[in-house]
Amino acid sequence: MSTPIVCINAPENPVEDFLRTDRMPHIWCPGCGIGTTVNCFSRALLDSKTDLNKLSIVSGIGCTGRVAGYVNLDSFHTTHGRAIPFATGLKLANPEMTVVVYSGDGDLFAIGGNHLIHAARRNVDIKVICVNNLTYAMTGGQTAPTTPLDVITATSPYGTYDPAFNLPYLVEAAGAIYVARWTTFHVKQLARSMAEMFKKKGFGFIEVISPCPTLYQRRNKMGDALDTMKFYKEVSKTKHGTPTAEVGLSKSGEIIVGKFVDRERPDFTAMMHAHLQQTLGEKYIPVEGPVCS
Amino acid sequence: MHADPVGVLTGAHFLDGDHAACEGAIAAGARFSAGYPITPSTEIVERFSHRAPKIGGTFIQMEDELAASIAILGAVWGGVKAFTVTSGPGFSLMMEHIGYAAMTETPCVFIDVQRGGPSTGLPTLPAQADMMQVKWGSHGDYEIIALCPNSPQECFDLTIKAFNFAEQYRVPVFVMMDEVVGHMTEKVVIPPAEEIEVEPRRWTSADKSVFKLFAPCGEDQVPEMTRAGEGYKVHVTGLTHDERGYPNMTPAVQDRMVRRLVSKIRDNAHKICLTEEQGIEGADVVVISYGITSRVAQRAVENARAEGLKVGTLRLITAWPFPEHIIRALAPKVKGLVVPELNLGQMVREVERCAGGKCKVIAVGHAGGTVHDPDQILKAIQEAAR
Amino acid sequence: MPRGSVHIVVERCKACGFCVEFCPSKVLALSSAFNSKGYHPPHSIAPEKCTGCDLCGMYCPDFAIHGFRTDKPSTAEKEQDDAC
Repeated sequence: MSTPIVCINAPENPVEDFLRTDRMPHIWCPGCGIGTTVNCFSRALLDSKTDLNKLSIVSGIGCTGRVAGYVNLDSFHTTHGRAIPFATGLKLANPEMTVVVYSGDGDLFAIGGNHLIHAARRNVDIKVICVNNLTYAMTGGQTAPTTPLDVITATSPYGTYDPAFNLPYLVEAAGAIYVARWTTFHVKQLARSMAEMFKKKGFGFIEVISPCPTLYQRRNKMGDALDTMKFYKEVSKTKHGTPTAEVGLSKSGEIIVGKFVDRERPDFTAMMHAHLQQTLGEKYIPVEGPVCS
Repeated sequence: MHADPVGVLTGAHFLDGDHAACEGAIAAGARFSAGYPITPSTEIVERFSHRAPKIGGTFIQMEDELAASIAILGAVWGGVKAFTVTSGPGFSLMMEHIGYAAMTETPCVFIDVQRGGPSTGLPTLPAQADMMQVKWGSHGDYEIIALCPNSPQECFDLTIKAFNFAEQYRVPVFVMMDEVVGHMTEKVVIPPAEEIEVEPRRWTSADKSVFKLFAPCGEDQVPEMTRAGEGYKVHVTGLTHDERGYPNMTPAVQDRMVRRLVSKIRDNAHKICLTEEQGIEGADVVVISYGITSRVAQRAVENARAEGLKVGTLRLITAWPFPEHIIRALAPKVKGLVVPELNLGQMVREVERCAGGKCKVIAVGHAGGTVHDPDQILKAIQEAAR
Repeated sequence: MPRGSVHIVVERCKACGFCVEFCPSKVLALSSAFNSKGYHPPHSIAPEKCTGCDLCGMYCPDFAIHGFRTDKPSTAEKEQDDAC
């Protein structure tokens, strides 16, 4: 029986600074891709040299929502579907904060759908990372608005028959200034995409397709997490700039990944400032920050 | 601490309750509001949308009350004082986030300008039928503070008080107006800023390595507060959590946490329960009322006294926590307690509970839509005096 | 060729196999050892091939492994690394 090599004097894993190590190990299943996305997130933060004291992470409820509890940042684990309006309030009250919303597909697009489209419409300066495992994992693998057709879930035991949202298409239409999609296989690209997104001002969105081996893959006899990662590698095609209408997902078809939207338009706060300055002139007193007696 | 003069409109004004409440929020230091239009509360945020850009504040109209009620919590954790306003149907939508605010001990203010219900009900007409909902509307065990103004002046004064209680106890506080008080126009005197007492946020100065966001401090047993961006790397969750804020879903931690959330208000009730008494000494009957009904009751009490009845009044300025100690002490001394409300029996249940059968308790219910006819209340006083 | 090594936090591993599969140099394999949860953590079967690229670290969902350079990266290599 050979023993694993543990090196003395090894430099620390770059992700360690970002973790609440007193809460490890985390609750995610073996092979769940959420932890992988956190590695990419930590690399992206390092690369973009974001001031971690001025970064807040806001999440909703679900497996991905638990990210907030494991990262060593000002973190807010809010209610189901409502991370985005919380993040909006936080950003408006404290404009110097970088606010990242890290949540799952069901949380952001079902119960939270309305809030997502309005924040994108307004171009609120928040960055949304959506880990899309195509299901409601935490509660046992029920159908989500992202579950492709003909998939078996806990609430569609005979297979789904309602079509899924195409997330990049929806978010682009709502007004996002940055829209990209990767899978948990594309670790380098995902980290780079996140870093690129953090440099922009406005509503940014990255969808990360991730395995849920315990529920989604198991019920559909798609193998384990490793099989799924190999599947992503095999069927993903990087096609930057593909019109988002064409990037919908199916049960076992092609996954188009890449950066689809990267555009500029003034963010909500900039528009508010400009307009109030114009209409009120000297009487306008802009928000200076967290002014609280 | 005194109010920030920026935004305090010192002087005598002729304002309706809604507008006065807005000025109260601003005087208290509120610089963020997120709202959604709903009659008869809308004017509060309309006025705030007008005033905010001139005082360094932000108003944002959100897409629904679910968003509004949590956007204000985000703003509080961003470091400002924040509030939202609503009425019945919106109040129902806000319940989850009221629970979240109580659970995360987020100081904030919700103003409910009550209207006829249930459901869409009477958008433009009064009721006082959300009084139990404000206390019990969200799931689980928690305590809140609710104040009931009965005039535009009180809408100003009690909104400031609400913000002060919120900061003092790190709890959501409710200003339970009604459509009449919200839409009646009266003289409102706004004092100079230096005469307005404002409670500062309990900012911690503890070392980052030892600070615990949910560890009770001081004689009030309320934790200290901080905000995002100060380097404390806080974790705030609605899951049952320990003193660090980390989820810890065990019965032992649940017991400790929930009991503390509840006792920080119950144990301090004597400091929070504000009431106005008149003529209680030697009274046979005491009329207990709040909000606009207290003004109507005044007429009934005057008429009763004119008939020779010994009647006192007890006005609930604080509805929650309910002044149990006052009712328990009062009940054995009177023949009857009369409780008129613009609902079919809400706060009267608390009165009955605390009276413990020691005197008659007569409810004067009303389905809402207008105020009581004082004679209805007079009849009840007469019955109570028998 | 760059030289590197891996550091494994045995107790965190859940044996998902990502690091083994996606190591470009095929350095790793799941060992026959157990951690306290009963999972087989990986071990280096070809340590001399490790370049310290840290792809294993990026893939690991459990923060249980990371790779690092044991030689100093040359300026050219570092620049190339920064550029990609």
